[in-house]
Amino acid sequence: MNSNNKTSEKNAQNRLSHQSIGDEWVLRLYVAGQTPKSINAFKNLKAICEDKLDGKYEIEVIDLLVNPQLAGDDQIFATPTLVRKLPVPVRNIIGDLSDTERVLVGLDLFQKSISNKLMINQDETI
Amino acid sequence: MEKKIIPTTIQTLSKSLTGIQGLDEITFGGLPKGRPTLICGNAGCGKTLLAMEFLVRGATLYNEPGVFMAFEETIEELATNVASLGFDLNELIAQKKLFIDHVHIERSEIEVTGEYDLQGLFIRLNYAIESIGAKRVVLDTIESLFSGLSNSNLLRAELRRLFRWLKDKGVTAIITGESGDKTFTRQGLEEYVSDCVIVLDHRISEQSSTRRLRVAKYRGSTHGTNEFPFLIDETGFSVLPITSLGLDYQVSSERISSGIPRLDTMLGGKGYYRGSSILVSGTAGSGKSSSAASFAFSACERGEKVLYFALEESPKQIMRNMLSIGIDLEPLVKKGLLLFHSIRPTFCGLEMHLANMFRAVNDFSPLSVILDPINSFIIGTNEMEAKLMMIRLIDYLKLHQITGFFTSLTLLQSDTEQTDLGVSSLIDTWLLLRDIEIGGERNRGLYILKSRGMKHSNQIREFLLTDHGVELMDVYVGPEGVLTGTARSAQESKESALKLFSKLEIQRKQLEMERKRKAMLAQIELIKLEFEKDEAEALKIISTEQERTLRLAEDREVMGRNRQADAPNIESIEVKP
Repeated sequence: MNSNNKTSEKNAQNRLSHQSIGDEWVLRLYVAGQTPKSINAFKNLKAICEDKLDGKYEIEVIDLLVNPQLAGDDQIFATPTLVRKLPVPVRNIIGDLSDTERVLVGLDLFQKSISNKLMINQDETI
Repeated sequence: MEKKIIPTTIQTLSKSLTGIQGLDEITFGGLPKGRPTLICGNAGCGKTLLAMEFLVRGATLYNEPGVFMAFEETIEELATNVASLGFDLNELIAQKKLFIDHVHIERSEIEVTGEYDLQGLFIRLNYAIESIGAKRVVLDTIESLFSGLSNSNLLRAELRRLFRWLKDKGVTAIITGESGDKTFTRQGLEEYVSDCVIVLDHRISEQSSTRRLRVAKYRGSTHGTNEFPFLIDETGFSVLPITSLGLDYQVSSERISSGIPRLDTMLGGKGYYRGSSILVSGTAGSGKSSSAASFAFSACERGEKVLYFALEESPKQIMRNMLSIGIDLEPLVKKGLLLFHSIRPTFCGLEMHLANMFRAVNDFSPLSVILDPINSFIIGTNEMEAKLMMIRLIDYLKLHQITGFFTSLTLLQSDTEQTDLGVSSLIDTWLLLRDIEIGGERNRGLYILKSRGMKHSNQIREFLLTDHGVELMDVYVGPEGVLTGTARSAQESKESALKLFSKLEIQRKQLEMERKRKAMLAQIELIKLEFEKDEAEALKIISTEQERTLRLAEDREVMGRNRQADAPNIESIEVKP
């Protein structure tokens, strides 16, 4: 892993991070180098966050090849792994996040979106 | 055909010493260096402990730091579990000799959302190895991955990659796995880790459990193929490679006393050979333990250490009982010369007993070991195992030049020449204690059935338990058979009475003869006197007669003269005196 990648991810992180306080989401994406899987995961995550979290999120990308000592703290054994640090409880989602539904389930967003939809539907029927 | 000389530079498999008692002997030098070894077994058979000891010994004995990657237990749990074995993991971690990484995998907490690999695990492991310069790695139990993740195809591919990677790293690794039905491990890990497979087993037979270890496979190396019992106790893991011993032990020609002076005399005057095995067999109450105690006492008096395995009595009971025949063992125990080791035969399996005994012998390093009695090990139908155990024990003692003294209880009905354990062929000196029932009492007799390499008496001796120890007495052997006890003393007094009687008889006869001779002499004297008297009388008569005849002639002459007779021949009637 070269430093260019790291900086580009840092940039990405900066781009994506918001300073808003409240029900802010803190997500950590662990990758092992710039593999296709890593890139896919990052792309997918960004898309989901943009779609569901409405800017109230922060993504930190950690390249384990650069910072291997961080792998133990979040119990990482597979890559890529997405860790939802906030809101608690901490959730681990592994894989390249291509299965959006499962990602939403993992992030506890699926239920929310369904219930929202249901509520909307109910509103419409009323 | 000319034989090719194999160059000595051939690279043999280099091995990494485990530092675990016995395991290095079975594997002839440890686990394959720089390769992964699979340890499999059921739950609770000691896989984790074996793996942990491998790391701890490596770190403390061979200066090889190690990484323990735990999939099942946390660092705290591990540290607590092995603290009972005297391993201080936290200290080793602080010294950077050990790195423990707990990998937590919980299926319910994992959401799989697409393609992934286990690079994260590789990175963690690599980090751990690099951070302390580890030479040894343990993955315990990597199969947990299969329960946490569902994509087994991917897992298999990744495991294959992991083991390849471990080999490339050059670390000596232990991978543990649960036993499977048909395969060594549930997930068939042996498919990937094929250099060395060690199987641990925890078996229960006759209600007692025995742990066993077997090297199922060791590519590129010879290894002991048997199942070896192993122990886990306060000093860690120990495997006992006892069956691997040969018959090439040293022998001693030194002789040691049996503790019974008369018995020493019977054994060529000097007693047993040091380092030999002695068996005393006999029926209940025939004095086996007493002869064992005599032996122990005399050995301790020479300042030698004796280890006494008591299988039926407590040490206190033995000491009390032996005091009653004047053998005071207590001071010897206090001096540390005599050590009692009471074991209940039912306490654990035979292998475990053997292991315990070896350990006790190792710790105490005695010159003599007493096992009283060996039959206790037979519980149910394990006679064969018990015999094998005895063979191993005797072998072990002989190898270490330790004199082994065993007692064996024979049943009254059974053939006394047959020990229950059938170990007679291993025994050098075999004493037989027999009950001899004569005249309404039961007495003890001892004889030497065999004693290798020495002259020994073929006589039965009466075995007496007196206030001052064991004594052997001559038995009465005569036309009426062997007599012991009161029958012997009765016979003896009978004989002495007979002797006295005949002595008197002789005296009497002599006296009588004397008397007769005197009588005879007296008679002779009497006859002589009578004869003399008769003779004197006869002479007197004769002389009187002559006198008379003379007088008659004279008278006639006078008359003739008076008658003027002219008969000239008057002298013709003269009687000569």
